[in-house]
Amino acid sequence: MKERLEQVFSAHAGTSAELIPILQQVQEEFGYLPEEAMESIARFLRVPASRVYAVASFYAQFRFSPMGRHKVSVCTGTACHVKGADRVLDGVERVLGVSEGETTEDGEYTLETVACIGCCGLAPVLTIDDEAHGRLTPQGADRLFAKGEDSRQ
Amino acid sequence: MKKDTRSLLVCQGSMCISGKSRAIQEALEKKVAGTQMDGDVEVKLIGCHGFCQQGPLVIVEPEATCYTGVTVEDVDDIVQSDLRDGQVVERLLFHDPETGSPIASYHDIPFYGAQTKLLLRHCGLINPEDIDDYLGVGGYEALGSVLERPDGREVLAELKASQLRGRGGGGFPAWRKWEACLDADGDEKFVVCNADEGDPGAFMDRSILEGDPHAVLEGMSIAGFTVGARKGYIYVRAEYPLAVERLRVAIDQARRRGYLGSDILGSGFSFDVEVFLGAGAFVCGESTALTLSIEGKRGLPKAAPRPRTTEVGLFDKPTLLNNVKTFAFVPLILAQGGEWFARIGTEGSKGTATFALSGHVVNCGLIEVPMGITLRKIIYEIGGGVPEGKAFKAVQTGGPSGGCLPESFLDTPVDYDSLLQAGSMMGSGGMVVMNEDTCMVDVARYFLQFTERESCGQCVHCRLGTKQMLTILEEITRGEGKPGDVEFLVQIGEAVNAGSLCGLGQSAANPVLTTIRYFLDEYEAHIVEGRCPARSCKALISFQILPDKCIGCMLCAKACPVDAIAGERKSVHVIDQGKCIRCGMCEEACPSRYSAVERTSGSLAEGGEEA
Amino acid sequence: MRVHDLTIDGVAVSAPEGTTVLDAARKKGIYIPHLCDRPDLKPVGVCRMCTVEVEGKGLVISCKTPVRDGMVVRTESEGVSKVRQVALELLIADHDSDCLTCAKDTNCSLQRVARHVGVDSPRLARIRRERDRRPLDTSNPFFDFDPNRCILCGICVRTCDELQNINAIDYTFRGTKTLIAGFGNRPRIETNCESCGECVVRCPVGALVPKDSRQPSKLVRTICSFCGCGCGMLLGVRDGEIVSAAGDFKNPASRGRLCVKGRYGYRYVNSPERLTTPLVKRDGEFIPVGWDEALDLVAEKFSESMGDSFATIASAKCTNEENYVVQKFTRVVMGTNNIDHCARL
Ligand SMILES: Cc1cc2nc3c(=O)[nH]c(=O)nc-3n(C[C@H](O)[C@H](O)[C@H](O)COP(=O)(O)O)c2cc1C
Ligand code: SF4
Ligand code: SF4
Ligand code: SF4
Ligand code: FES
Ligand code: FES
Repeated sequence: MKERLEQVFSAHAGTSAELIPILQQVQEEFGYLPEEAMESIARFLRVPASRVYAVASFYAQFRFSPMGRHKVSVCTGTACHVKGADRVLDGVERVLGVSEGETTEDGEYTLETVACIGCCGLAPVLTIDDEAHGRLTPQGADRLFAKGEDSRQ
Repeated sequence: MKKDTRSLLVCQGSMCISGKSRAIQEALEKKVAGTQMDGDVEVKLIGCHGFCQQGPLVIVEPEATCYTGVTVEDVDDIVQSDLRDGQVVERLLFHDPETGSPIASYHDIPFYGAQTKLLLRHCGLINPEDIDDYLGVGGYEALGSVLERPDGREVLAELKASQLRGRGGGGFPAWRKWEACLDADGDEKFVVCNADEGDPGAFMDRSILEGDPHAVLEGMSIAGFTVGARKGYIYVRAEYPLAVERLRVAIDQARRRGYLGSDILGSGFSFDVEVFLGAGAFVCGESTALTLSIEGKRGLPKAAPRPRTTEVGLFDKPTLLNNVKTFAFVPLILAQGGEWFARIGTEGSKGTATFALSGHVVNCGLIEVPMGITLRKIIYEIGGGVPEGKAFKAVQTGGPSGGCLPESFLDTPVDYDSLLQAGSMMGSGGMVVMNEDTCMVDVARYFLQFTERESCGQCVHCRLGTKQMLTILEEITRGEGKPGDVEFLVQIGEAVNAGSLCGLGQSAANPVLTTIRYFLDEYEAHIVEGRCPARSCKALISFQILPDKCIGCMLCAKACPVDAIAGERKSVHVIDQGKCIRCGMCEEACPSRYSAVERTSGSLAEGGEEA
Repeated sequence: MRVHDLTIDGVAVSAPEGTTVLDAARKKGIYIPHLCDRPDLKPVGVCRMCTVEVEGKGLVISCKTPVRDGMVVRTESEGVSKVRQVALELLIADHDSDCLTCAKDTNCSLQRVARHVGVDSPRLARIRRERDRRPLDTSNPFFDFDPNRCILCGICVRTCDELQNINAIDYTFRGTKTLIAGFGNRPRIETNCESCGECVVRCPVGALVPKDSRQPSKLVRTICSFCGCGCGMLLGVRDGEIVSAAGDFKNPASRGRLCVKGRYGYRYVNSPERLTTPLVKRDGEFIPVGWDEALDLVAEKFSESMGDSFATIASAKCTNEENYVVQKFTRVVMGTNNIDHCARL
């Protein structure tokens, strides 16, 4: 972990204003923010550790536990909402057997919600690893994962 | 664009990309390459062309032919028929929904007809990843001429004449902010572009960054020169990877061509721009939270009274903070003159407004209209009305800070003041149309859920008030509302709006207050009768199979995820209300020629017999 | 310095430039309800309770609004009461209701605000419901943190930052999930908290309370005996025993602040293990003796070991003056430079 962190740090000057970009890059590197890494960041930037944690826990982007191999994001933006995003989310939760924010037991999928991904014309939309799937119905969502599972193996 | 060449423009806005427009572009390039057309035909990517509903779009210029719903398989036809033989591919054209006749040029499509594209003038025309395209349409000329002047006073004068108001939602006159920042003491100043676009139903800023990034950079540089700043930041949501990518490309190209960096165009003026990725917090759209976030802190808005951002902003230095669109307007205003700009729009709101039109309208997409246009014109003329023959119920603008306006407001002119007066607001440009199947209590609940999640949590009214309103709304949508709830919601809502620390809390109750004002009957139906008039609230609806319509095809039984439907082939099916989870899959599965599944709300929903 | 004249609820008030309306009122003995403001910390304006109406400006928060000449401030108006009554009810609905068992009962800012502002009972009843309880943090040996009573005024966070520069705790998460916590939301004892208790004394409610909190029957103003700093303190006495210690805000040297030892280290006074007479070791055993005998013995032994066979180690519990005398004695009387100091407690 130490080398990977130093790799990230090497591109920075060590000023406290770099905290968020560094957290983003560390998360990019590890998939989440291990506590050890956050403590190193605090030392590197010479800011209190409590502040690193305070900032990391404030922003939705940061996670304190590893992600599944695939990220499923159901759009719950306004347009998607009025077109039934709730039911799509229910459907996906049912199929994957997890609630929003959780990762399936086999570590395959992490289910999240996002607000508007700019594809409102296709509402309701979900993305699997940044690929958008639109005009979903709860049934369509079912099928997506049935299909998605096969094609991914 | 060379005069005699033809351009194949492949839209690569987010929606078209999700329709695989990248593959289409590659296929087109491959197809054209090696033919004798090569050289006379250029294939290029463009930012969002606007007509997202019909995407993926391929536009042929200069004819302005607009191919809709294009797939990779259509590439052969387009190249061979249109490009080689000059024969428009009719099946890919947009067909008028009324007459059914094809329309070749997008200029003739009603969706485009009522629009006035100023801000979006380059979106869908130039390649956002090629600075030469931007230069080809007069890009950076405004900056060049500004840099020849002794100082920014003339820019200020033009801006003042234009009466441009900030496009971030509040509508603060841009020139006043610029002047305040110019007059603020300080040897170091900053220009910050707010591209946080947190409204969960809006993508205008994103489309501009993706389609015309140089216009934003040029506007920021001009701002830097005017107020005396040498450094700019663009605060973009990390959820917009494409916008970030295109911005980075644009910044890189601008630096190499000397439009950014030190000694720009030999003028001695230096200005550079850095992209900052927001880490996911709606409240960071608020100016003080945004600057704290760039400083590496929690995005906690600062309480008023406090010095203005133009005096004490980023790193406590004087800072000019504007929205993406505000900056993108600047080069145009300087090129055409402030007075020209002020001739468009209404008395108090000049120029045009961009909207991300979505929801229950035929044509979702990115639109730009002159201020003062009516909601009706936007929804019916540009948007093509409400699809599937459903009735219009409400239009939501201003996102979580805005409100829902009913049919009686359709003739309201769209401008800052009229919308505010109606109880909504311009916001940064989301416009969501809702049809009769939308429950307005649920819409209020939806927005409160959003603000409750996004509240930074420091002040009492917002942190706890949104939570309480949300809980009460959830209870109402579950049929557990109590008499008096509407009054409590109004009392709490008014206190939250009046007492909260920042704009998020100060407008958090708007979706509740406007829906109560215009759709009180829906609240009452939920609370008093336990009925959802839109038949949308899950706890208050039930599904029945109509015996006279069911033919026993078994499709619904197969679709039901909890095996709540019983029935043999060719005999009437029945839903076990105890098992049913009201997911609506049966309704969806039942072929529309039978429509045997009925959704009801009210006495039936309680599982009782039909009265 | 420029002085501004204003009126608060019709009472004429003058205050120097830069004073906030809340401070000006406080000095004049006018109570404006408030929760997140403290005179020794920078105002943040998050509780919204100190809202007042200023003629021509409407509702403002008094803890951040500076006084101005001619200002007309009203602490009661329809607008004011709407804003703060709802805020109060929201806080109460989100707060444990068993005041009687709370260590802060009768001494709680929330109770004071509630008495002053009052609630709309039906509305409060509607919004009060079963809440998810959050676990208590009892890891610190001297004080407990109960998030279910925390009103998120941020006073503890600002104290640890602005006054102590330790930054052991901060706001974490956001919205209704906001929690005052240290790094990794670990128990406080596992953070860099120094247990100074400055946050505990400032917490306006019963969220941070000392573990042992017997109410004293009288207070004795004194100086902390732990070290040479000489912080002023008020020892609480009950039944002949010290039961509490508090910083003396009137003491010009320490202005109310104490460290962990002064604040929580008083128990040694009543400890049965404490030495109360000198002991002399005879035949491997410590025998209690009188002071004269003990001092004679010391003098005798000292004269036997003049010069470099002698060394002193002085104590951090002594004052500078005492330590000065010790080194002087060592050098001049004992004739050696072998001097050291424990320099910590
Ligand atoms: C909670 C909240 C969210 C906001 N979000 C945005 C946003 O996403 N984009 C934006 O430009 N302005 C947003 N604003 C408005 C900004 O605070 C600011 O007024 C605006 O960026 C100024 O730019 P303008 O003068 O060009 O409109 C938000 C304000 C609040 C209170
Ligand atoms: S109104 Fe909401 S978002 Fe704004 S400061 Fe208060 S809690 Fe934070
Ligand atoms: S006891 Fe002292 S060090 Fe610990 S959190 Fe409180 S103020 Fe900070
Ligand atoms: S623990 Fe006390 S001082 Fe700290 S935020 Fe909570 S109520 Fe305020
Ligand atoms: S609301 Fe879902 S993509 Fe915009
Ligand atoms: S005391 Fe002023 S807002 Fe809390």
